[in-house]
Amino acid sequence: MKHSYLTAVILIAVIAAVAVGSQVLGIRLYDRIATNLLISLVLVVGLQTFMGNSGLLSFAHIGFMGLGAYTSAVLTIPAQMKGMALPDLYGFMKAVEISPLLAMFAAGLVAAVVAAVVAYPLMRLSDAAAVITSFALLVVLYTVMNNWSAFTNGPRTLFGLPKTTELPVAAIVAAIVVVVALVFKESRTGKLLRASREDEVAAAALGANIPHLRWRAFILAAFIAGIGGALWGHFITSFAPKAFYLKETFLIITMLVIGGANTVTGAVAGTILVTVAYEGLRGTEGALNATAAAAGQVVGLTEIVLALAMIAVMIVKPGGLFPNREIGHILNRTRRKKEIATP
Amino acid sequence: MAFAIQFVIDVLSLGGAYALMALGLVIIYGILRLVNFAYGELIMVAGYTMYLSSGSGLPWLVMATLAVGMAVLFGILTDYAAFRPVRAKSVTAVLITSFAFSNLLQNAALLFISPRPRNVPLPEIFSQTISIGGAITPVRNLITIAASIVLLAGVAFLMRKTTLGIAMRAAATNFTMARMLGVPANLIISSAFALSGFLAGVVGILWIGRIGTVVPGVGLEPLLVAFIATVIGGMRSLPGAVVGGFLLALIDTTLNYTLSQDLLKFRDAFTFSLVILILLWRPQGLIKGPASGQRT
Repeated sequence: MKHSYLTAVILIAVIAAVAVGSQVLGIRLYDRIATNLLISLVLVVGLQTFMGNSGLLSFAHIGFMGLGAYTSAVLTIPAQMKGMALPDLYGFMKAVEISPLLAMFAAGLVAAVVAAVVAYPLMRLSDAAAVITSFALLVVLYTVMNNWSAFTNGPRTLFGLPKTTELPVAAIVAAIVVVVALVFKESRTGKLLRASREDEVAAAALGANIPHLRWRAFILAAFIAGIGGALWGHFITSFAPKAFYLKETFLIITMLVIGGANTVTGAVAGTILVTVAYEGLRGTEGALNATAAAAGQVVGLTEIVLALAMIAVMIVKPGGLFPNREIGHILNRTRRKKEIATP
Repeated sequence: MAFAIQFVIDVLSLGGAYALMALGLVIIYGILRLVNFAYGELIMVAGYTMYLSSGSGLPWLVMATLAVGMAVLFGILTDYAAFRPVRAKSVTAVLITSFAFSNLLQNAALLFISPRPRNVPLPEIFSQTISIGGAITPVRNLITIAASIVLLAGVAFLMRKTTLGIAMRAAATNFTMARMLGVPANLIISSAFALSGFLAGVVGILWIGRIGTVVPGVGLEPLLVAFIATVIGGMRSLPGAVVGGFLLALIDTTLNYTLSQDLLKFRDAFTFSLVILILLWRPQGLIKGPASGQRT
């Protein structure tokens, strides 16, 4: 079997296992964690399509997730609730109310269009300048979300989204996104982009239009981020702009980097690993807060441990757990080696 | 006239602080081609040192020296914790370790001190105002201008006339060649981090002097300012960083005076959009740095 098909099958099986496993256990808490995990998976795989193929670190991803979440919110909050949830909304938008599925698609489109417009000049930059401007872009998106009260209710919490994201929905979207990421990776654009990641000068000499290739990947990443944001919005149902800022950026970058940014397998593995660690640490933090109430609140412990883990992974395995090869590729190779060894 | 003086003082004091922030970042970037995301946390460290020593009854200048010293120490610590182990591996790895280190310091402040703002002791002179040609301006703005002139001149002298400075500039131009000629790499990098920490410490005191309190996230804004100023000025040129800092201050101050109240909330968005426009025009930044050598 061609190794990318094998990879797709294995990764989808993992997603299905997460979804079904949680259903079988039937514990409400695990249901929530599993849905959260699958939504993170959508975001992390989305980030991988840009970061993994182009080799540029992007901080703006969470900003596009925020755009998606707010777009979907404006389109789906029931008309009679809009007066309360979004008092300053422009008149013509007040009556709009479309189905969450359609709104999710619209959320992806809005994020992609915004990305297409703002990112075109940025894709000419390489290395540190590209990273810094993507960081600036995150700040711009955050500032806009925080202040454009008409659409976002300002820094206050926006509420009233219909809760439509259930575990199966999240699992289906995650599976589709994984397939899209794998297809993109093996497409002409993806291959040329990966060539530019390895050697910018050589790829340009072969005729690769690098800024344009990066631009396409960035739009795809933003589209997926927008969809992820809508998914998350309909899961959590009320949120404020500060949900789309540095803390979350740190979390998804940790997930991608620990797993290995260059492979989709790495993105999936990192998401699962970090989510499990994160929930475990959160639980510990909660337990500590419950017992040692006199010593004050324990905050930030989770992030400290994650930061240490990230530095350790970077020192030991700078490419992450799956630095180069997808899982299907690795399995195919070991099988072929065995065949050669035992004729 | 009064308005013009006011405007000039505003631009110069803000620009001086911005230029120092940008300089601290570029000194490292010039040599290593690596961005230090934990740079803002050095400012936070200076602020918390001031807060923690405020009960000790020491004279203010001693506390300030102590704060700058701690910033230098943490600057060197950044090198050992986040840069040295992964420096030779990949650019992305270092970006991520320094980002993680920044998160680590911030959350340590959150965990061990407090998420709430803490007051920082400031001498009387920081809150006084003075009238120059009809324009009323806080004395701290003049202190900032003076401090930035002295420090910029000091750094210029260090970089041009001393052996250490020349070695640093040589390392920034061609690191491999400099090593072959006997420049000790680790020493140069550590001194660059120490210098960066020193600038961050001084800027930290001036910056926190404006706000009066310190919170775990206090380093974010200076970090962003330094980022943008260096990108405008040209990532690798020291004069570029200074020019970028003053230009950014000019943009910020102009927007402050011209935007209406409704639009002022979006000031950061406008500033960063302008930066994107500048980059469209000159992707390399305004001033080109030394000829690029291989990253080591």
